[in-house]
Amino acid sequence: MNAHKSAFVFSEAFLSYKFRDDHPFNQKRVVLTYDLLKASGALDDEQIIPPRMATDEEIKLIHKSNYIEAVQKASVGLLSSEQGMQYGIGTQDTPMFENMHEASAQLVGGTLTAVDAVMNGDYTHAVNIGGGLHHGFKGKASGFCIYNDAAIAIQYLREHYNLKVLYVDTDAHHGDGVQWAFYDDPNVCTFSIHETGRYLFPGTGNVNERGHNEGFGYSFNLPIDAFTEDDSFLEVYSKSLEEVTEYFRPDIIISQNGADAHAYDPLTHLCCSMKIFEEIPKLVHRLAHKYCNGKWVALGGGGYDIWRVVPRSWAQLWNIANLDGQTLQGPLPKEWLEKWQPKSPVQLPTHWQDLSRVYKEIPRKKEITEKNQLTLGKALEIIRNEQKYIL
Amino acid sequence: MRMIVEEVMSRDVITLSPQDKIESALKLLNEHHIRHIPITDEEDQVVGIVSDRDIRDAAPSILAAEQNLDILESPLQSIMSSPVITAHPLDFIEDIASLFYDYEIACVPVTHANKLIGVVTEKDILYTLIQVTGIREQSSQIEIRVPNKIGTLPKIAQIISDRNTNISSVFLYPSKEDQSERVIVLRVQTMNPMPIIDELKKQGYHVIWPNLPGMSE
Repeated sequence: MNAHKSAFVFSEAFLSYKFRDDHPFNQKRVVLTYDLLKASGALDDEQIIPPRMATDEEIKLIHKSNYIEAVQKASVGLLSSEQGMQYGIGTQDTPMFENMHEASAQLVGGTLTAVDAVMNGDYTHAVNIGGGLHHGFKGKASGFCIYNDAAIAIQYLREHYNLKVLYVDTDAHHGDGVQWAFYDDPNVCTFSIHETGRYLFPGTGNVNERGHNEGFGYSFNLPIDAFTEDDSFLEVYSKSLEEVTEYFRPDIIISQNGADAHAYDPLTHLCCSMKIFEEIPKLVHRLAHKYCNGKWVALGGGGYDIWRVVPRSWAQLWNIANLDGQTLQGPLPKEWLEKWQPKSPVQLPTHWQDLSRVYKEIPRKKEITEKNQLTLGKALEIIRNEQKYIL
Repeated sequence: MRMIVEEVMSRDVITLSPQDKIESALKLLNEHHIRHIPITDEEDQVVGIVSDRDIRDAAPSILAAEQNLDILESPLQSIMSSPVITAHPLDFIEDIASLFYDYEIACVPVTHANKLIGVVTEKDILYTLIQVTGIREQSSQIEIRVPNKIGTLPKIAQIISDRNTNISSVFLYPSKEDQSERVIVLRVQTMNPMPIIDELKKQGYHVIWPNLPGMSE
């Protein structure tokens, strides 16, 4: 029996957020995850709640009216490509598509449904793997993201419940949209660990981005080197998140669980395995219980190897929320493999964990580990200095 | 933004007169977290400049047993640097950068019609150069080694614009290894540079990054 109840927000309507057939952002991964959980017997129908639609008013908690109007126009084919450019709509990353407003509002609604589930007291944890679109700006679409559901949910929590929110972003890309939305807010602490922006999109997320004015000291960034592996990732992730949470003492944690730090991911250059996608949520889960009475809303995010990486990662995310910090081990259900292997362009993995190393040896592992440790020190300087004065 | 002085200078300038005491300068430096104060006369003409280092040089040593603080009562004209190197509002940023480098200074007053209208510091110049790298816009970086030949850049730009992708910044510098080659560094506004990289490789360009460190080359 579970001591804590968890909700899984899901609907096939999430599939309507679709740019193009060959676009790397593909919500089929949400269905693949759902199916994997069902086949594993890890998800009961009564745990599933359907997402509501977000209202325009809710989207306005973060986004500008003229931007929302532009998305609505694009939705019905009435936005010219010149008009679209200033809003980042109609680019290669975020092309226009029919009903894009509704599809985007559906993802936001899913995240708000997850927040409501936790705040109504019905559930301790809620998971919406259809959300986590952290690159969306107030007046601009970017990086496959139209509306920033995570930022909207945080502002919703601020206005309706006045909670202190810790945002934990473990996507391989910097969580820039959420960071800038709360850059001067001391009641929202953003934490992002990501591949350095030296080369990778969006380019920001440096350690010295620490917040502005009142919000100074409430924005944490851990830019790790390209080709970072499990041990170094987990070392700096665990140390920093423990210290940041202890320092900030949040009332609720919102986590963005992008699954693109895996070595298989085609868009990034980190070299992690499935191990991190078990350890990341385990720590968030433990910290949510330690500081927030368990209040935790987990979202999806990036993840572009939709066959081998994302379904296993997000299924384990749910398992950790649902099984009080436990993951599943051993072989994947035959039923799932038989159903999806014929449709997959790559050989599907057979087990929950990666059985052998999935990449070639990294020649500069020692230097990378050392550099990440130095970055960790810089990121936490501000907390450690403050503690020195207290002592 | 044009890369000229009037676009990057600060217009709110804190000044003192040659007769003001060193003590006032010390106070202003600390209060405003600045390192230079232009010294002007009644007509706003720049007659000198005082840096935090000038004041430190004049101040009594902290190691001395007895601190003679009378020195702080002296007028600024006794320690200010004069004549002063100044800039014009239409000077280029690169020229100011070379000026700082050649003279080992970190601040120039900007004058127009012989009157002080602003200052440019090392920090302003660095900030501008950071903007030039395009880092403030969401983008991915691609580095390509190309032969130093007319027409290469437009061909590469074409590959990128064919994929409906905007370029945030372009750098071009000589390759360290081979003088007949150039390295082109591009920041492109997309989260997925892979189709561009594949096309560049297909057309025979040498993409240095993204690549494995120590494994390629």
